[in-house]
Amino acid sequence: MTQYIIRRFLQMIPITLGILTLVFSLIHLIPGDPALQIAGENARPEDVAAVRKALGLDKPLWTQYVDYLGNVAHGDFGRSFSTNESVAQQIRQRYPATLELAFGSMLVALIVAFPLGIVSAIWRNSWIDNLARFFALIGVSMPSFWFGPLLIIAFAIDLPWFPVSGRDQGLRSLVLPAVTMGLALSAILTRMIRVSLAEELTQLYVTTAVAKGVGRVRAIFRHALKNALIPVITVLALQFGSLLTGAIITEQIFSWPGLGRLLITSISSRDYPQVQASILVIALTYILMNFIADLFYGVVDPRIKLE
Amino acid sequence: MKNFKRLLHNFAFTAGLTLTVLLVVVALAAPLISPYDPDVQDTARRLEGPSAQHLLGLDDLGRDVASRIIWGARVSLRVGFSVVFLAASIGIALGAISGYYGGTVDTIIMRITDILLAFPGILLAIALVAVLGPSINNVILALATIGWVGYARLVRGQVLKVREMEYVTAARALGARSPRVIVLHVLPNVINPVIVMATLGLAGAILSEAALSFLGLGVQPPTPSWGAMLTEGRRYLGLANHLAIYPGIAIMAAVMGLNFLGDGLIDALDPKYRKEM
Repeated sequence: MTQYIIRRFLQMIPITLGILTLVFSLIHLIPGDPALQIAGENARPEDVAAVRKALGLDKPLWTQYVDYLGNVAHGDFGRSFSTNESVAQQIRQRYPATLELAFGSMLVALIVAFPLGIVSAIWRNSWIDNLARFFALIGVSMPSFWFGPLLIIAFAIDLPWFPVSGRDQGLRSLVLPAVTMGLALSAILTRMIRVSLAEELTQLYVTTAVAKGVGRVRAIFRHALKNALIPVITVLALQFGSLLTGAIITEQIFSWPGLGRLLITSISSRDYPQVQASILVIALTYILMNFIADLFYGVVDPRIKLE
Repeated sequence: MKNFKRLLHNFAFTAGLTLTVLLVVVALAAPLISPYDPDVQDTARRLEGPSAQHLLGLDDLGRDVASRIIWGARVSLRVGFSVVFLAASIGIALGAISGYYGGTVDTIIMRITDILLAFPGILLAIALVAVLGPSINNVILALATIGWVGYARLVRGQVLKVREMEYVTAARALGARSPRVIVLHVLPNVINPVIVMATLGLAGAILSEAALSFLGLGVQPPTPSWGAMLTEGRRYLGLANHLAIYPGIAIMAAVMGLNFLGDGLIDALDPKYRKEM
Protein backbone atom coordinates (compact mmCIF):
# COMPACT_ATOMS: atom_id res chain seq x y z
CA MET A 1 0.00 0.00 0.00
CA THR A 2 2.73 2.44 1.04
CA GLN A 3 4.57 1.60 -2.16
CA TYR A 4 1.46 2.31 -4.18
CA ILE A 5 0.94 5.67 -2.49
CA ILE A 6 4.55 6.63 -3.10
CA ARG A 7 4.44 5.56 -6.74
CA ARG A 8 1.15 7.36 -7.33
CA PHE A 9 2.59 10.42 -5.62
CA LEU A 10 5.69 10.35 -7.77
CA GLN A 11 3.49 10.20 -10.87
CA MET A 12 1.93 13.45 -9.76
CA ILE A 13 5.25 15.32 -9.87
CA PRO A 14 5.72 15.55 -13.67
CA ILE A 15 2.05 16.41 -14.13
CA THR A 16 2.24 19.16 -11.50
CA LEU A 17 5.39 20.48 -13.14
CA GLY A 18 3.67 20.36 -16.51
CA ILE A 19 0.76 22.38 -15.19
CA LEU A 20 3.10 24.90 -13.56
CA THR A 21 4.89 25.28 -16.90
CA LEU A 22 1.61 25.70 -18.70
CA VAL A 23 0.40 28.38 -16.28
CA PHE A 24 3.79 30.10 -16.39
CA SER A 25 3.74 30.25 -20.19
CA LEU A 26 0.25 31.79 -20.25
CA ILE A 27 1.60 35.31 -19.89
CA HIS A 28 3.96 34.70 -22.81
CA LEU A 29 1.06 33.65 -25.01
CA ILE A 30 -0.38 37.15 -24.89
CA PRO A 31 -0.14 38.31 -28.51
CA GLY A 32 2.46 41.02 -29.08
CA ASP A 33 4.35 42.54 -26.18
CA PRO A 34 2.69 41.34 -22.95
CA ALA A 35 3.91 44.37 -21.02
CA LEU A 36 2.39 46.74 -23.60
CA GLN A 37 -0.86 44.77 -23.64
CA ILE A 38 -1.11 44.89 -19.86
CA ALA A 39 -0.16 48.54 -19.52
CA GLY A 40 -2.55 49.47 -22.32
CA GLU A 41 -2.00 50.62 -25.91
CA ASN A 42 -1.71 54.28 -24.93
CA ALA A 43 0.60 53.79 -21.96
CA ARG A 44 3.78 55.83 -21.69
CA PRO A 45 7.01 53.92 -22.41
CA GLU A 46 8.12 54.25 -18.80
CA ASP A 47 4.86 52.66 -17.59
CA VAL A 48 5.35 49.78 -20.00
CA ALA A 49 8.90 49.39 -18.70
CA ALA A 50 7.60 49.42 -15.12
CA VAL A 51 5.11 46.64 -15.91
CA ARG A 52 7.82 44.66 -17.64
CA LYS A 53 10.04 44.98 -14.59
CA ALA A 54 7.25 44.21 -12.12
CA LEU A 55 6.48 40.97 -13.96
CA GLY A 56 10.13 40.13 -14.38
CA LEU A 57 9.63 40.07 -18.14
CA ASP A 58 12.95 41.90 -18.61
CA LYS A 59 14.87 38.84 -17.39
CA PRO A 60 15.83 35.85 -19.55
CA LEU A 61 13.02 33.33 -19.95
CA TRP A 62 14.84 30.61 -18.03
CA THR A 63 15.43 32.91 -15.04
CA GLN A 64 11.76 33.93 -15.13
CA TYR A 65 10.75 30.28 -15.03
CA VAL A 66 12.99 29.37 -12.12
CA ASP A 67 11.88 32.51 -10.23
CA TYR A 68 8.26 31.58 -10.88
CA LEU A 69 8.66 28.04 -9.53
CA GLY A 70 10.52 29.38 -6.49
CA ASN A 71 7.86 31.97 -5.74
CA VAL A 72 5.01 29.49 -6.12
CA ALA A 73 6.81 27.05 -3.83
CA HIS A 74 6.83 29.84 -1.21
CA GLY A 75 3.17 30.57 -1.79
CA ASP A 76 4.04 33.90 -3.36
CA PHE A 77 1.85 34.66 -6.37
CA GLY A 78 2.84 38.30 -6.70
CA ARG A 79 0.63 41.35 -6.33
CA SER A 80 -2.67 42.08 -7.99
CA PHE A 81 -2.48 44.76 -10.70
CA SER A 82 -5.85 46.19 -9.84
CA THR A 83 -5.78 46.23 -6.02
CA ASN A 84 -2.04 45.91 -5.34
CA GLU A 85 -2.93 43.39 -2.64
CA SER A 86 -1.11 40.10 -2.29
CA VAL A 87 -2.68 37.58 -4.68
CA ALA A 88 -2.12 34.75 -2.20
CA GLN A 89 -4.16 36.73 0.33
CA GLN A 90 -7.03 37.13 -2.16
CA ILE A 91 -6.97 33.43 -2.95
CA ARG A 92 -7.04 32.52 0.74
CA GLN A 93 -10.08 34.74 1.20
CA ARG A 94 -11.97 33.28 -1.76
CA TYR A 95 -11.06 29.63 -1.46
CA PRO A 96 -13.39 28.74 1.45
CA ALA A 97 -16.42 30.07 -0.46
CA THR A 98 -15.64 27.79 -3.40
CA LEU A 99 -15.10 24.78 -1.14
CA GLU A 100 -18.36 25.54 0.66
CA LEU A 101 -20.17 25.58 -2.68
CA ALA A 102 -18.50 22.35 -3.79
CA PHE A 103 -19.39 20.52 -0.59
CA GLY A 104 -22.90 21.97 -0.61
CA SER A 105 -23.53 20.70 -4.12
CA MET A 106 -22.10 17.32 -3.23
CA LEU A 107 -24.55 17.10 -0.35
CA VAL A 108 -27.43 18.04 -2.66
CA ALA A 109 -26.31 15.38 -5.12
CA LEU A 110 -26.18 12.71 -2.40
CA ILE A 111 -29.59 13.63 -1.00
CA VAL A 112 -31.16 13.30 -4.45
CA ALA A 113 -29.16 10.40 -5.85
CA PHE A 114 -29.34 7.92 -2.98
CA PRO A 115 -33.09 7.42 -2.69
CA LEU A 116 -33.59 7.71 -6.45
CA GLY A 117 -30.76 5.31 -7.31
CA ILE A 118 -31.74 2.72 -4.71
CA VAL A 119 -35.42 2.77 -5.59
CA SER A 120 -34.77 2.42 -9.31
CA ALA A 121 -32.29 -0.41 -8.74
CA ILE A 122 -34.83 -2.34 -6.66
CA TRP A 123 -37.79 -1.75 -8.97
CA ARG A 124 -36.01 -1.87 -12.30
CA ASN A 125 -38.02 -0.82 -15.38
CA SER A 126 -40.90 0.37 -13.20
CA TRP A 127 -42.35 3.83 -13.68
CA ILE A 128 -40.18 5.20 -10.92
CA ASP A 129 -37.08 3.76 -12.61
CA ASN A 130 -38.08 5.41 -15.88
CA LEU A 131 -38.66 8.65 -14.04
CA ALA A 132 -35.21 8.41 -12.47
CA ARG A 133 -33.63 7.75 -15.85
CA PHE A 134 -35.44 10.70 -17.36
CA PHE A 135 -34.21 12.85 -14.51
CA ALA A 136 -30.66 11.63 -15.04
CA LEU A 137 -30.90 12.50 -18.72
CA ILE A 138 -32.17 16.00 -18.02
CA GLY A 139 -29.59 16.41 -15.28
CA VAL A 140 -26.60 15.76 -17.50
CA SER A 141 -27.94 17.70 -20.49
CA MET A 142 -29.05 20.86 -18.72
CA PRO A 143 -26.30 23.48 -18.73
CA SER A 144 -25.83 25.06 -15.30
CA PHE A 145 -25.89 28.54 -16.83
CA TRP A 146 -29.47 27.86 -17.86
CA PHE A 147 -30.64 25.84 -14.85
CA GLY A 148 -29.31 28.47 -12.41
CA PRO A 149 -31.30 31.38 -13.88
CA LEU A 150 -34.42 29.17 -14.01
CA LEU A 151 -34.01 28.42 -10.30
CA ILE A 152 -33.61 32.13 -9.60
CA ILE A 153 -36.83 32.92 -11.50
CA ALA A 154 -38.76 30.20 -9.64
CA PHE A 155 -37.35 30.30 -6.10
CA ALA A 156 -35.87 33.75 -5.67
CA ILE A 157 -38.22 35.96 -7.68
CA ASP A 158 -41.62 34.27 -8.13
CA LEU A 159 -41.38 32.59 -4.74
CA PRO A 160 -38.96 34.76 -2.76
CA TRP A 161 -37.59 31.96 -0.60
CA PHE A 162 -33.91 32.38 -1.35
CA PRO A 163 -31.69 35.35 -2.22
CA VAL A 164 -31.02 36.05 -5.91
CA SER A 165 -27.27 36.25 -5.41
CA GLY A 166 -24.43 36.73 -2.93
CA ARG A 167 -23.27 34.77 0.09
CA ASP A 168 -24.37 36.96 2.99
CA GLN A 169 -27.45 35.03 4.12
CA GLY A 170 -25.68 31.88 5.32
CA LEU A 171 -27.31 28.61 4.40
CA ARG A 172 -30.15 30.30 2.54
CA SER A 173 -27.63 31.80 0.13
CA LEU A 174 -26.04 28.43 -0.47
CA VAL A 175 -29.18 26.52 -1.49
CA LEU A 176 -29.74 27.69 -5.08
CA PRO A 177 -26.07 27.66 -6.16
CA ALA A 178 -25.58 24.24 -4.56
CA VAL A 179 -28.67 22.84 -6.30
CA THR A 180 -27.53 24.33 -9.62
CA MET A 181 -24.12 22.74 -9.35
CA GLY A 182 -25.37 19.54 -7.74
CA LEU A 183 -27.87 18.71 -10.51
CA ALA A 184 -25.40 17.19 -12.97
CA LEU A 185 -23.58 15.32 -10.23
CA SER A 186 -26.82 13.93 -8.81
CA ALA A 187 -27.74 12.67 -12.27
CA ILE A 188 -24.39 10.90 -12.64
CA LEU A 189 -24.59 9.45 -9.12
CA THR A 190 -28.17 8.24 -9.59
CA ARG A 191 -27.07 6.28 -12.64
CA MET A 192 -24.01 4.92 -10.84
CA ILE A 193 -25.97 3.80 -7.77
CA ARG A 194 -28.65 2.19 -9.93
CA VAL A 195 -26.23 0.22 -12.08
CA SER A 196 -23.96 -0.73 -9.23
CA LEU A 197 -26.70 -1.80 -6.80
CA ALA A 198 -28.67 -3.64 -9.48
CA GLU A 199 -25.58 -5.68 -10.22
CA GLU A 200 -24.91 -6.49 -6.55
CA LEU A 201 -28.53 -7.58 -6.11
CA THR A 202 -27.99 -10.37 -8.63
CA GLN A 203 -25.01 -11.75 -6.68
CA LEU A 204 -25.24 -15.07 -4.90
CA TYR A 205 -24.39 -13.67 -1.47
CA VAL A 206 -27.57 -11.61 -1.53
CA THR A 207 -29.65 -14.65 -2.49
CA THR A 208 -27.90 -16.61 0.26
CA ALA A 209 -28.63 -13.92 2.83
CA VAL A 210 -32.31 -13.86 1.87
CA ALA A 211 -32.46 -17.68 1.88
CA LYS A 212 -30.98 -17.74 5.37
CA GLY A 213 -33.83 -15.61 6.59
CA VAL A 214 -32.35 -12.12 6.51
CA GLY A 215 -35.15 -9.77 5.50
CA ARG A 216 -35.02 -8.38 1.97
CA VAL A 217 -34.65 -4.83 3.23
CA ARG A 218 -31.74 -5.86 5.44
CA ALA A 219 -30.16 -7.82 2.60
CA ILE A 220 -30.30 -4.76 0.40
CA PHE A 221 -29.12 -2.18 2.86
CA ARG A 222 -26.66 -4.13 5.00
CA HIS A 223 -25.20 -6.44 2.38
CA ALA A 224 -25.64 -5.27 -1.20
CA LEU A 225 -25.52 -1.52 -0.74
CA LYS A 226 -22.16 -1.64 1.04
CA ASN A 227 -20.52 -3.28 -1.96
CA ALA A 228 -22.43 -1.17 -4.42
CA LEU A 229 -21.00 1.95 -2.83
CA ILE A 230 -17.40 1.29 -3.83
CA PRO A 231 -17.59 2.62 -7.40
CA VAL A 232 -19.97 5.33 -6.24
CA ILE A 233 -17.48 6.72 -3.73
CA THR A 234 -14.76 6.74 -6.36
CA VAL A 235 -16.92 8.61 -8.82
CA LEU A 236 -17.86 11.04 -6.08
CA ALA A 237 -14.22 11.78 -5.28
CA LEU A 238 -13.32 12.09 -8.96
CA GLN A 239 -16.25 14.42 -9.56
CA PHE A 240 -15.20 16.74 -6.76
CA GLY A 241 -12.49 18.03 -9.03
CA SER A 242 -15.03 18.77 -11.75
CA LEU A 243 -17.17 20.60 -9.23
CA LEU A 244 -14.35 23.10 -8.81
CA THR A 245 -14.40 23.96 -12.49
CA GLY A 246 -18.20 23.94 -12.48
CA ALA A 247 -17.95 26.52 -9.72
CA ILE A 248 -16.46 29.01 -12.19
CA ILE A 249 -19.82 29.21 -13.98
CA THR A 250 -22.09 28.78 -10.97
CA GLU A 251 -20.26 31.50 -9.04
CA GLN A 252 -20.76 33.81 -11.99
CA ILE A 253 -24.53 33.12 -12.10
CA PHE A 254 -25.05 33.79 -8.40
CA SER A 255 -22.28 36.38 -7.84
CA TRP A 256 -20.82 33.91 -5.35
CA PRO A 257 -17.55 35.37 -4.02
CA GLY A 258 -15.34 32.37 -4.70
CA LEU A 259 -12.24 31.52 -6.67
CA GLY A 260 -14.12 31.11 -9.96
CA ARG A 261 -15.56 34.59 -9.78
CA LEU A 262 -12.16 35.95 -8.84
CA LEU A 263 -10.77 34.31 -11.97
CA ILE A 264 -13.41 35.79 -14.26
CA THR A 265 -13.21 39.29 -12.79
CA SER A 266 -9.42 39.25 -12.99
CA ILE A 267 -9.61 38.16 -16.63
CA SER A 268 -11.82 41.12 -17.50
CA SER A 269 -9.52 43.52 -15.64
CA ARG A 270 -6.44 41.89 -17.25
CA ASP A 271 -5.02 41.19 -13.82
CA TYR A 272 -2.67 38.46 -15.03
CA PRO A 273 -0.93 37.51 -11.75
CA GLN A 274 -4.37 36.90 -10.27
CA VAL A 275 -5.50 34.97 -13.37
CA GLN A 276 -2.44 32.74 -13.22
CA ALA A 277 -2.77 32.09 -9.51
CA SER A 278 -6.50 31.27 -9.64
CA ILE A 279 -6.00 28.86 -12.52
CA LEU A 280 -3.06 27.22 -10.79
CA VAL A 281 -4.90 26.76 -7.50
CA ILE A 282 -8.00 25.31 -9.17
CA ALA A 283 -5.89 22.96 -11.30
CA LEU A 284 -3.76 21.78 -8.38
CA THR A 285 -6.82 21.13 -6.21
CA TYR A 286 -8.26 19.14 -9.08
CA ILE A 287 -5.15 16.96 -9.37
CA LEU A 288 -4.97 16.51 -5.62
CA MET A 289 -8.61 15.38 -5.48
CA ASN A 290 -8.02 12.86 -8.25
CA PHE A 291 -4.99 11.56 -6.35
CA ILE A 292 -7.09 11.15 -3.20
CA ALA A 293 -9.83 9.43 -5.21
CA ASP A 294 -7.30 6.92 -6.49
CA LEU A 295 -6.00 6.18 -3.01
CA PHE A 296 -9.51 5.87 -1.69
CA TYR A 297 -10.35 3.37 -4.35
CA GLY A 298 -7.57 1.13 -3.11
CA VAL A 299 -8.52 1.54 0.56
CA VAL A 300 -12.26 0.85 0.35
CA ASP A 301 -11.97 -2.26 -1.79
CA PRO A 302 -9.24 -4.66 -0.72
CA ARG A 303 -10.08 -6.81 -3.77
CA ILE A 304 -8.53 -4.17 -5.97
CA LYS A 305 -4.89 -4.98 -6.46
CA LEU A 306 -2.79 -1.88 -6.29
CA GLU A 307 -0.49 -2.44 -9.18
CA MET B 1 -27.35 -0.04 -43.73
CA LYS B 2 -29.20 -2.82 -41.94
CA ASN B 3 -27.91 -1.38 -38.70
CA PHE B 4 -29.14 2.04 -39.71
CA LYS B 5 -32.67 0.80 -40.43
CA ARG B 6 -32.76 -0.93 -37.09
CA LEU B 7 -31.54 2.28 -35.48
CA LEU B 8 -34.44 4.26 -36.85
CA HIS B 9 -36.69 2.16 -34.60
CA ASN B 10 -34.65 3.39 -31.65
CA PHE B 11 -36.54 6.36 -30.23
CA ALA B 12 -33.53 8.16 -28.78
CA PHE B 13 -31.56 7.89 -32.01
CA THR B 14 -34.45 9.09 -34.17
CA ALA B 15 -35.10 11.98 -31.80
CA GLY B 16 -31.39 12.82 -31.87
CA LEU B 17 -31.24 12.68 -35.65
CA THR B 18 -34.36 14.85 -35.98
CA LEU B 19 -33.03 17.48 -33.58
CA THR B 20 -29.63 17.52 -35.28
CA VAL B 21 -31.08 17.83 -38.78
CA LEU B 22 -33.34 20.60 -37.49
CA LEU B 23 -30.33 22.40 -36.00
CA VAL B 24 -28.38 22.20 -39.25
CA VAL B 25 -31.35 23.28 -41.37
CA VAL B 26 -32.10 26.23 -39.09
CA ALA B 27 -28.46 27.31 -39.22
CA LEU B 28 -28.21 27.01 -43.00
CA ALA B 29 -31.58 28.60 -43.71
CA ALA B 30 -31.21 31.40 -41.15
CA PRO B 31 -31.45 34.24 -43.71
CA LEU B 32 -34.62 32.71 -45.13
CA ILE B 33 -36.51 31.72 -42.01
CA SER B 34 -35.42 34.40 -39.56
CA PRO B 35 -38.45 36.69 -39.15
CA TYR B 36 -36.33 39.81 -38.49
CA ASP B 37 -32.78 41.05 -38.89
CA PRO B 38 -31.09 39.83 -35.67
CA ASP B 39 -29.27 43.15 -35.21
CA VAL B 40 -32.10 45.60 -35.87
CA GLN B 41 -33.08 47.40 -32.68
CA ASP B 42 -36.51 48.61 -31.71
CA THR B 43 -35.51 50.34 -28.48
CA ALA B 44 -39.00 51.63 -27.81
CA ARG B 45 -40.15 48.05 -27.30
CA ARG B 46 -37.12 46.69 -25.44
CA LEU B 47 -37.66 43.72 -23.07
CA GLU B 48 -41.18 43.21 -24.43
CA GLY B 49 -42.47 39.67 -23.82
CA PRO B 50 -43.59 37.17 -26.47
CA SER B 51 -46.38 38.34 -28.77
CA ALA B 52 -47.88 37.36 -32.13
CA GLN B 53 -45.47 39.76 -33.81
CA HIS B 54 -42.39 38.65 -31.89
CA LEU B 55 -42.96 35.02 -30.94
CA LEU B 56 -40.16 34.88 -28.37
CA GLY B 57 -40.20 38.55 -27.41
CA LEU B 58 -37.56 41.28 -27.66
CA ASP B 59 -34.24 41.63 -25.85
CA ASP B 60 -32.70 44.49 -23.88
CA LEU B 61 -31.90 46.41 -27.08
CA GLY B 62 -35.26 45.64 -28.67
CA ARG B 63 -33.93 42.92 -30.98
CA ASP B 64 -36.10 39.94 -31.93
CA VAL B 65 -35.15 36.99 -29.69
CA ALA B 66 -36.38 34.32 -32.12
CA SER B 67 -34.24 35.74 -34.93
CA ARG B 68 -31.20 35.91 -32.68
CA ILE B 69 -31.68 32.30 -31.61
CA ILE B 70 -31.95 31.25 -35.28
CA TRP B 71 -28.77 33.14 -36.20
CA GLY B 72 -27.14 31.89 -33.01
CA ALA B 73 -27.44 28.34 -34.36
CA ARG B 74 -24.92 29.38 -37.03
CA VAL B 75 -22.40 30.48 -34.43
CA SER B 76 -22.87 27.29 -32.42
CA LEU B 77 -22.45 25.07 -35.45
CA ARG B 78 -19.56 27.06 -36.84
CA VAL B 79 -17.68 26.72 -33.57
CA GLY B 80 -18.75 23.10 -33.14
CA PHE B 81 -17.69 21.94 -36.60
CA SER B 82 -14.46 23.95 -36.61
CA VAL B 83 -13.43 22.61 -33.22
CA VAL B 84 -14.24 19.02 -34.13
CA PHE B 85 -12.47 19.33 -37.50
CA LEU B 86 -9.32 20.86 -35.99
CA ALA B 87 -9.23 18.62 -32.93
CA ALA B 88 -9.89 15.47 -34.93
CA SER B 89 -7.28 16.34 -37.59
CA ILE B 90 -4.57 17.07 -35.05
CA GLY B 91 -5.58 14.18 -32.82
CA ILE B 92 -5.76 11.62 -35.61
CA ALA B 93 -2.41 12.70 -37.06
CA LEU B 94 -0.58 12.71 -33.73
CA GLY B 95 -2.32 9.57 -32.49
CA ALA B 96 -1.45 7.68 -35.67
CA ILE B 97 2.16 8.82 -35.57
CA SER B 98 2.40 8.01 -31.88
CA GLY B 99 0.92 4.55 -32.22
CA TYR B 100 2.60 3.60 -35.48
CA TYR B 101 6.15 4.70 -34.74
CA GLY B 102 6.24 4.25 -30.95
CA GLY B 103 9.50 5.09 -29.17
CA THR B 104 10.46 8.63 -28.17
CA VAL B 105 7.82 10.31 -30.38
CA ASP B 106 5.17 8.22 -28.67
CA THR B 107 6.48 9.04 -25.20
CA ILE B 108 6.56 12.79 -25.86
CA ILE B 109 3.06 12.91 -27.36
CA MET B 110 1.61 10.75 -24.60
CA ARG B 111 3.18 12.83 -21.82
CA ILE B 112 1.66 15.95 -23.36
CA THR B 113 -1.74 14.27 -23.40
CA ASP B 114 -1.23 13.25 -19.75
CA ILE B 115 -0.73 16.86 -18.73
CA LEU B 116 -3.63 18.14 -20.80
CA LEU B 117 -5.92 15.44 -19.40
CA ALA B 118 -4.88 16.23 -15.84
CA PHE B 119 -5.85 19.86 -16.43
CA PRO B 120 -9.60 20.40 -16.19
CA GLY B 121 -10.67 21.05 -19.81
CA ILE B 122 -12.82 24.14 -19.52
CA LEU B 123 -10.27 25.75 -17.19
CA LEU B 124 -7.56 25.47 -19.84
CA ALA B 125 -9.93 26.89 -22.44
CA ILE B 126 -10.69 29.81 -20.12
CA ALA B 127 -6.97 30.34 -19.54
CA LEU B 128 -6.19 30.39 -23.25
CA VAL B 129 -9.03 32.74 -24.14
CA ALA B 130 -8.02 34.94 -21.20
CA VAL B 131 -4.60 35.57 -22.70
CA LEU B 132 -5.47 35.43 -26.40
CA GLY B 133 -8.48 37.70 -26.02
CA PRO B 134 -12.17 36.87 -26.42
CA SER B 135 -13.23 36.16 -30.01
CA ILE B 136 -14.92 33.37 -31.92
CA ASN B 137 -11.63 32.25 -33.48
CA ASN B 138 -9.83 32.13 -30.16
CA VAL B 139 -12.68 30.07 -28.70
CA ILE B 140 -12.26 27.61 -31.57
CA LEU B 141 -8.49 27.55 -31.02
CA ALA B 142 -8.84 27.04 -27.26
CA LEU B 143 -11.41 24.28 -27.56
CA ALA B 144 -9.39 22.49 -30.25
CA THR B 145 -6.30 22.70 -28.01
CA ILE B 146 -8.06 20.71 -25.32
CA GLY B 147 -10.10 18.60 -27.74
CA TRP B 148 -7.42 16.81 -29.77
CA VAL B 149 -6.22 14.76 -26.81
CA GLY B 150 -9.19 12.40 -26.84
CA TYR B 151 -8.80 11.62 -30.55
CA ALA B 152 -5.06 11.11 -30.21
CA ARG B 153 -5.53 8.60 -27.39
CA LEU B 154 -8.30 6.78 -29.22
CA VAL B 155 -6.48 6.56 -32.54
CA ARG B 156 -3.19 5.58 -30.91
CA GLY B 157 -4.89 2.71 -29.09
CA GLN B 158 -6.55 1.47 -32.26
CA VAL B 159 -3.39 1.86 -34.32
CA LEU B 160 -1.45 -0.22 -31.80
CA LYS B 161 -3.95 -3.01 -32.37
CA VAL B 162 -4.20 -2.70 -36.15
CA ARG B 163 -0.43 -2.33 -36.61
CA GLU B 164 0.09 -5.98 -35.77
CA MET B 165 -2.55 -7.22 -38.24
CA GLU B 166 -1.38 -9.37 -41.11
CA TYR B 167 -2.68 -7.10 -43.85
CA VAL B 168 -0.48 -4.31 -42.52
CA THR B 169 2.54 -6.58 -42.41
CA ALA B 170 1.66 -7.67 -45.96
CA ALA B 171 1.43 -4.07 -47.19
CA ARG B 172 4.82 -3.31 -45.69
CA ALA B 173 6.33 -6.47 -47.12
CA LEU B 174 5.11 -5.33 -50.52
CA GLY B 175 7.15 -2.20 -50.07
CA ALA B 176 4.55 0.34 -48.95
CA ARG B 177 6.07 3.28 -47.07
CA SER B 178 4.89 4.21 -43.58
CA PRO B 179 2.69 7.21 -44.48
CA ARG B 180 0.96 5.11 -47.14
CA VAL B 181 0.40 2.24 -44.73
CA ILE B 182 -1.01 4.60 -42.11
CA VAL B 183 -3.36 6.44 -44.45
CA LEU B 184 -4.53 3.53 -46.61
CA HIS B 185 -4.51 0.60 -44.24
CA VAL B 186 -4.51 1.73 -40.64
CA LEU B 187 -6.79 4.78 -40.57
CA PRO B 188 -9.83 3.30 -42.36
CA ASN B 189 -9.97 0.78 -39.56
CA VAL B 190 -10.14 3.36 -36.81
CA ILE B 191 -12.59 5.73 -38.44
CA ASN B 192 -15.82 4.42 -36.84
CA PRO B 193 -14.97 5.20 -33.22
CA VAL B 194 -13.63 8.57 -34.41
CA ILE B 195 -17.02 9.40 -35.97
CA VAL B 196 -18.73 8.57 -32.69
CA MET B 197 -16.28 10.69 -30.73
CA ALA B 198 -16.71 13.55 -33.20
CA THR B 199 -20.51 13.53 -32.82
CA LEU B 200 -20.29 13.63 -29.04
CA GLY B 201 -17.47 16.17 -29.37
CA LEU B 202 -19.72 18.43 -31.42
CA ALA B 203 -22.19 18.51 -28.52
CA GLY B 204 -19.35 19.20 -26.10
CA ALA B 205 -17.97 22.03 -28.23
CA ILE B 206 -21.38 23.70 -28.58
CA LEU B 207 -21.85 23.50 -24.82
CA SER B 208 -18.35 24.84 -24.13
CA GLU B 209 -18.80 27.72 -26.57
CA ALA B 210 -22.04 28.63 -24.82
CA ALA B 211 -20.29 28.41 -21.44
CA LEU B 212 -17.38 30.60 -22.56
CA SER B 213 -19.73 33.12 -24.16
CA PHE B 214 -21.83 33.11 -20.98
CA LEU B 215 -18.67 34.03 -19.05
CA GLY B 216 -18.06 36.86 -21.52
CA LEU B 217 -15.02 35.08 -22.97
CA GLY B 218 -16.54 33.87 -26.20
CA VAL B 219 -18.37 35.41 -29.08
CA GLN B 220 -18.54 39.17 -28.69
CA PRO B 221 -21.59 41.38 -29.25
CA PRO B 222 -23.46 42.05 -31.43
CA THR B 223 -22.94 38.57 -32.94
CA PRO B 224 -25.80 36.44 -31.60
CA SER B 225 -24.59 33.52 -29.47
CA TRP B 226 -26.83 31.43 -27.23
CA GLY B 227 -24.42 31.62 -24.30
CA ALA B 228 -24.04 35.39 -24.55
CA MET B 229 -27.83 35.75 -24.81
CA LEU B 230 -28.13 33.93 -21.48
CA THR B 231 -25.70 36.40 -19.89
CA GLU B 232 -27.94 39.26 -21.02
CA GLY B 233 -30.97 37.30 -19.84
CA ARG B 234 -29.45 36.87 -16.39
CA ARG B 235 -29.38 40.65 -15.97
CA TYR B 236 -33.11 40.95 -16.52
CA LEU B 237 -34.37 38.02 -14.43
CA GLY B 238 -37.76 38.91 -13.01
CA LEU B 239 -38.19 41.72 -15.56
CA ALA B 240 -37.93 39.77 -18.78
CA ASN B 241 -37.66 36.06 -18.03
CA HIS B 242 -38.09 35.11 -21.68
CA LEU B 243 -34.51 36.31 -22.30
CA ALA B 244 -33.15 33.60 -20.01
CA ILE B 245 -35.59 30.84 -20.95
CA TYR B 246 -35.51 30.50 -24.76
CA PRO B 247 -31.77 30.52 -25.54
CA GLY B 248 -31.39 27.82 -22.88
CA ILE B 249 -33.98 25.64 -24.60
CA ALA B 250 -32.01 26.01 -27.84
CA ILE B 251 -28.75 24.95 -26.18
CA MET B 252 -30.33 22.01 -24.45
CA ALA B 253 -32.12 20.78 -27.58
CA ALA B 254 -28.93 20.98 -29.64
CA VAL B 255 -26.78 19.26 -27.04
CA MET B 256 -29.33 16.56 -26.26
CA GLY B 257 -29.94 15.89 -29.95
CA LEU B 258 -26.25 15.40 -30.68
CA ASN B 259 -25.74 13.26 -27.60
CA PHE B 260 -28.63 10.99 -28.57
CA LEU B 261 -27.28 10.77 -32.09
CA GLY B 262 -23.79 9.90 -30.84
CA ASP B 263 -25.21 7.29 -28.49
CA GLY B 264 -27.16 5.69 -31.34
CA LEU B 265 -24.11 5.74 -33.59
CA ILE B 266 -22.13 3.83 -30.97
CA ASP B 267 -24.51 0.91 -31.38
CA ALA B 268 -24.54 1.15 -35.17
CA LEU B 269 -20.89 1.78 -35.97
CA ASP B 270 -18.93 0.38 -33.14
CA PRO B 271 -20.62 -1.73 -30.48
CA LYS B 272 -17.23 -2.45 -28.91
CA TYR B 273 -16.73 1.23 -28.18
CA ARG B 274 -19.47 1.23 -25.55
CA LYS B 275 -17.50 -1.23 -23.48
CA GLU B 276 -14.34 0.80 -23.79
CA MET B 277 -16.17 3.89 -22.54
